[in-house]
Amino acid sequence: MNYVLQITQLLGINIILAASLNVINGYCGLFSIGHAGFFAVGAYTSAAASVLWFPGLAASHPDLALLLVVGVGALSAALAGLVIGVPCLRLTGDYLAIATVGFGEIIRIVLLNLESVGASRGFPGIPLLTGARLPLWILFFTALSLLAMHRLIRSSTGRAIISVREDEIAAQSMGIDVRFYKIFAFVLGAFFAGLAGALFAHYSQFLHPSNFTFMNSVMILLMIVVGGLGSQIGAVLGAIVVTLLPEVLRFNETLSGIRMLIFGAIMVLVVLIKPQGLMGLFHRRKKVGVTAV
Amino acid sequence: MSEFVQYLVNGFAQGSIYALIALGYTMVYGILKLINFAHGEFYMIGGFVGAFLLAKFGLPFWLVLILVMPIVGGLAVLVERIAYRPLRNAPRIAPLITAIGISIMLLEAMRLIAGAQPRAFPQPFEDVIYEVGEWIPSLDGVIVQRSQMMIFGIAIALMLVLNAIVMKTKIGRAMRALSMDFDASRLMGVAIDRVVAFTFLLGAGLAGAGGVLVGMYYNQIEPYMGQLAGLKAFTAAVLGGIGVIPGAVIGSFILSISEALVVGYSESSYRDAIAFAILIVVLMFRPWGILGKPERIKV
Repeated sequence: MNYVLQITQLLGINIILAASLNVINGYCGLFSIGHAGFFAVGAYTSAAASVLWFPGLAASHPDLALLLVVGVGALSAALAGLVIGVPCLRLTGDYLAIATVGFGEIIRIVLLNLESVGASRGFPGIPLLTGARLPLWILFFTALSLLAMHRLIRSSTGRAIISVREDEIAAQSMGIDVRFYKIFAFVLGAFFAGLAGALFAHYSQFLHPSNFTFMNSVMILLMIVVGGLGSQIGAVLGAIVVTLLPEVLRFNETLSGIRMLIFGAIMVLVVLIKPQGLMGLFHRRKKVGVTAV
Repeated sequence: MSEFVQYLVNGFAQGSIYALIALGYTMVYGILKLINFAHGEFYMIGGFVGAFLLAKFGLPFWLVLILVMPIVGGLAVLVERIAYRPLRNAPRIAPLITAIGISIMLLEAMRLIAGAQPRAFPQPFEDVIYEVGEWIPSLDGVIVQRSQMMIFGIAIALMLVLNAIVMKTKIGRAMRALSMDFDASRLMGVAIDRVVAFTFLLGAGLAGAGGVLVGMYYNQIEPYMGQLAGLKAFTAAVLGGIGVIPGAVIGSFILSISEALVVGYSESSYRDAIAFAILIVVLMFRPWGILGKPERIKV
């Protein structure tokens, strides 16, 4: 039971992560592969908030403290998204992809050298805020994040974001501020990645820069590619598949050893054979997946 | 003074290796406008194939170097055929995603075959250390290893060969034509698929040679070595002007020498951040690099 509970919490965190990257890559068509960087910023700042800045509050009012540190994590990641996004989003396509990789790596290397958060030794002793109620909080935040992103994509703002993906020049000539909506989508994605990071910090109680490598960014990308870019249900499905597959494979030693090989192969095969991802299995007319971007 | 010269020497040896990798990135980008994310893995595989040939068959070093190039190049041709060619008319992020997938697969395959731990690279010969101070007294304390001179010499020789192929041969002319205008070349009867395959063969072959040389230099190889080296070589290619062959070489030496100087004079733990900082600054202010030309976006 405990094991199931652990996996479910991780699943919730991964769902938020996948959905947040989906806003950037799937809906806005910006190819970002440094998402683990924002996850890291959220995780480390929220951990710093509960360990270094407000230890008293964390001890006396854990629920309030959790809300506070999750907010701190999400906002700091959004700020990082703004700082990175404003210069980066002048780039397009693969140049943007590479720049986001660069920023993701820089964030990791800075954390690796930052003594106040443990540098290469890692950041231990993060309180399990709210204790047994944490899974419920994670569930709550997962639902809230999905709902918020869903409402946003269905609004006029969301349609503007999608129009940027469809055709930048056409969108611009219809009076849409392309640059603003790109930055908006980027910051929004970073915000929810930071929120996921804050939950992750207090769920795992220990952070290390090696949790936030390029490979972690690639795994988040894999979730939305498998699910179908530009579909929120797809992001959820992709997160479920990518999170649960290693757990299923755990029961077989050989398969468990080659799980990363399987992930790599899935990534290639989905794009080659089923670029709409899992969502392509359900509705054919709607534009989702790699071909939509 | 001698400290500074020492850093330059180390920088030039490392830069030769970056250059061998960066050339493949830049050639593929010049022709297909594709960032071959798997390219760093060819470098890693080159190191492992070289170690295998040296240890198992005891072949002489020069023969290993010559054999590794077509083996790794052939693998790259296969990858291109399976993962990139079917997506040539797909949106540009599609081959980017398959490239990342292929990169993971190659890395994992090698980790499963060889193990995740770093391995010793069999030494083809004793390294000799030359004291430069014996000849030039003002540079007392500077040392140059024979392996460093070999890396530099072999890399330059390979680049000259590459230059001759690209500038003097028929297929080289076809490569230049493709990078100028892909569709027009096809209409003019250039055998597109063959030229693209040849480009991958050349590029990955050079990266494979780089893997062998780096194994000889540091005496060590590991499955994860391709990732960071690949990203750094890509930075070098962007810095020099992606798609421009001499640019990749210039960018590589600038990058490696800046790294050597930062490691020498300040925090070595930030060494790996330099490449990314340079990358971002270049992308922000001069995305076409040192030797490239700005591209205009047309409606």
